[in-house]
Amino acid sequence: MTTLNIALVGNPNCGKTALFNLLTGSRQKVANYAGATVERKEGWFTTAGGRRVRLLDLPGAYSLNATSPDEAVTRDVCAGTYRGETAPDLLVCVADATNLRLHLRFVLEMRAIGRPVLLALNMIDAARRNGMEIDLPRLQAELGMPVVATVGVRRNGACDLLAELDGPLPPVPAPLPPGTDLHAMVRGILADCVTHASPLSDRIEERLDRWVLHPVWGPLLLVVLLFFMFQAVFAWAQPLMDGIDAGMGMLGQAVGQMLPPGVIRSLIVDGIIAGAGSVVTFLPQILILFLWILVLEESGYLPRAAFLLDRFMSVAGLSGRSFIPLLSSFACAVPGIMATRTIQNPRDRLITILIAPLMTCSARLPVYTLLIGAFIPHRSIAGFLNLQGLVLFVLYAIGIGSALLVARVLRWRDTDRQEATLLMELPAYRLPNPRDLALGLWERARIFLVRVGTTIVSLTVLLWGLSSFPPPPAGAPGPAIDWSLAGRIGHLMLPVFAPLGFNWQICVALIPGLAAREVAVGALATVYSLGSGTDTDQAASQLGQMLPTHWSLATALSLLAWYVYAPQCVATLAVIRRETLSWSVVGLAAGYLFALAYAAAFLTYHIALMF
Amino acid sequence: MRLSDLPRGTDAVIDAVDDPGNADPVAQRLRELGFVPGEAVRVVATAPMGGDPIAVRIGFTRFALRRTEAERVSVHTVKEQE
Repeated sequence: MTTLNIALVGNPNCGKTALFNLLTGSRQKVANYAGATVERKEGWFTTAGGRRVRLLDLPGAYSLNATSPDEAVTRDVCAGTYRGETAPDLLVCVADATNLRLHLRFVLEMRAIGRPVLLALNMIDAARRNGMEIDLPRLQAELGMPVVATVGVRRNGACDLLAELDGPLPPVPAPLPPGTDLHAMVRGILADCVTHASPLSDRIEERLDRWVLHPVWGPLLLVVLLFFMFQAVFAWAQPLMDGIDAGMGMLGQAVGQMLPPGVIRSLIVDGIIAGAGSVVTFLPQILILFLWILVLEESGYLPRAAFLLDRFMSVAGLSGRSFIPLLSSFACAVPGIMATRTIQNPRDRLITILIAPLMTCSARLPVYTLLIGAFIPHRSIAGFLNLQGLVLFVLYAIGIGSALLVARVLRWRDTDRQEATLLMELPAYRLPNPRDLALGLWERARIFLVRVGTTIVSLTVLLWGLSSFPPPPAGAPGPAIDWSLAGRIGHLMLPVFAPLGFNWQICVALIPGLAAREVAVGALATVYSLGSGTDTDQAASQLGQMLPTHWSLATALSLLAWYVYAPQCVATLAVIRRETLSWSVVGLAAGYLFALAYAAAFLTYHIALMF
Repeated sequence: MRLSDLPRGTDAVIDAVDDPGNADPVAQRLRELGFVPGEAVRVVATAPMGGDPIAVRIGFTRFALRRTEAERVSVHTVKEQE
């Protein structure tokens, strides 16, 4: 039997992705649509009847009348006109049974496409719990398409849908006469097919929103949530990180004992294990950060945070909509910049893209963690705050403050003030589903580990090569790395960076940091472990204890300030190019970030020296 | 009266969504989201620092919108009608 191509469509927040995860499990692939930066999610499964299905999870849309690139992709793929995409054999339209008034309008729009359509009435359990009764046969007759009930968050929640897929394809629904008032039609259908009791969840929503959106308690809750997010990243991840760190140290020692001393042993122990190992150590922190963002997103809180912050963002000339891409940028600027697609106003979008790299991404976290751990005393303040966590919070705050300032400056030059729009749905609160969280986290962990396995390992090997060759002449004084290529490059860069208090080892670490910021930690480990002579394993695992003997506090603070701004990430610059299709925007971003980084590090170093 | 002037917690019914210019995309999107004549609407929250934006409930859905956007929607309060 040939593979059935199905496209999953529906309004945002209809539970489409949960249904997609339920149907495909982990057999899914996330990429981009050809020629666009809209995320393309595809998965595979086989029905009980043995039918192979290729399922495409289209971006959520309110209407075929697209107002964003996401909605345009959905419209074109449904119509079968998107270049490089197979036209779907069947459209499975997903609607939230508790919000039919909004979602059915889009379902009716699907009738105009001229393809078989099937309606999956999702979250039917929640609707029934609320005392809603839906007459499925009647709904099916009035909509002119088959209707199945699904529960995206329950194990067997899609069995009716799967059974339907084993049968013949439903007929193409007759298009509605042009000019039909879809809202009036939806109202009529709801009156015929749905009996409402008192909507229970609505009252829960009302009560929650009274606190969450409260002018005083709302922002307070937001600050507390964000603050605990950063404390958690620093405090909870520590035991896991220590475990991985110790494991890597033991691995290096074990491998070191197995291999004879020489070039190969140095490559594996100093290059690969010390370099990549010190980066893998940060996996727990990155996962905790992503978990927080995923939970906030899945629970429906993020748009509410955008609501609370809209006024604040408008000070910088942006709307609350920019908040979500900027928050994602705390994990990584690449998905953050990609998430700016949801901002309709092009100017708002450009400014959000330009300031997204100022949000402290998780790749900077390894550097911050290393330096804070090494230079800031582990002390508690006022009984419950941890000084190290506080410094981390301040670094994040500086990034945010600078972003707002930069946005304000960029806005200054604007002559035509287009109206900034906010208009967005505040979805119902939901308990995040463990499966969706796990799949989302797995996706992040995979991306991170693939990066470590490819980019980071090759860079650390390259750096190891640069720092090991040429070897010093016999009987030469000083550590071997002084004679190597890396040592020479570092010394060449030194005049530029010396005013910032950087030594040549830092300069060397800055180079591979261009490809991926977190490599700087691995690079420092490699440089210092080779420089320290015989004691290689220890140097790699104890970089944190070693640094204070090599650097002054002013140098460490200066490097921290540098990292708040530095545009050292090729992936970010590449995604800016891809999203804006303009090299001059890339140049502007790299230029202003470099200038800010240099100025901030310079000031920090010289102010710190005064104390 | 405009939706942007509706006090918090007052029940109202939508009369019309007006396009300030020709084929205004915001007005179009508002209509697609269910801001159509006859729908019941209520302001459920106003944002900190000046009360802009506002959150409204229409049917079972909540939307956040700025007051300039809400100005496009004309409403009458339920009491007004009686």
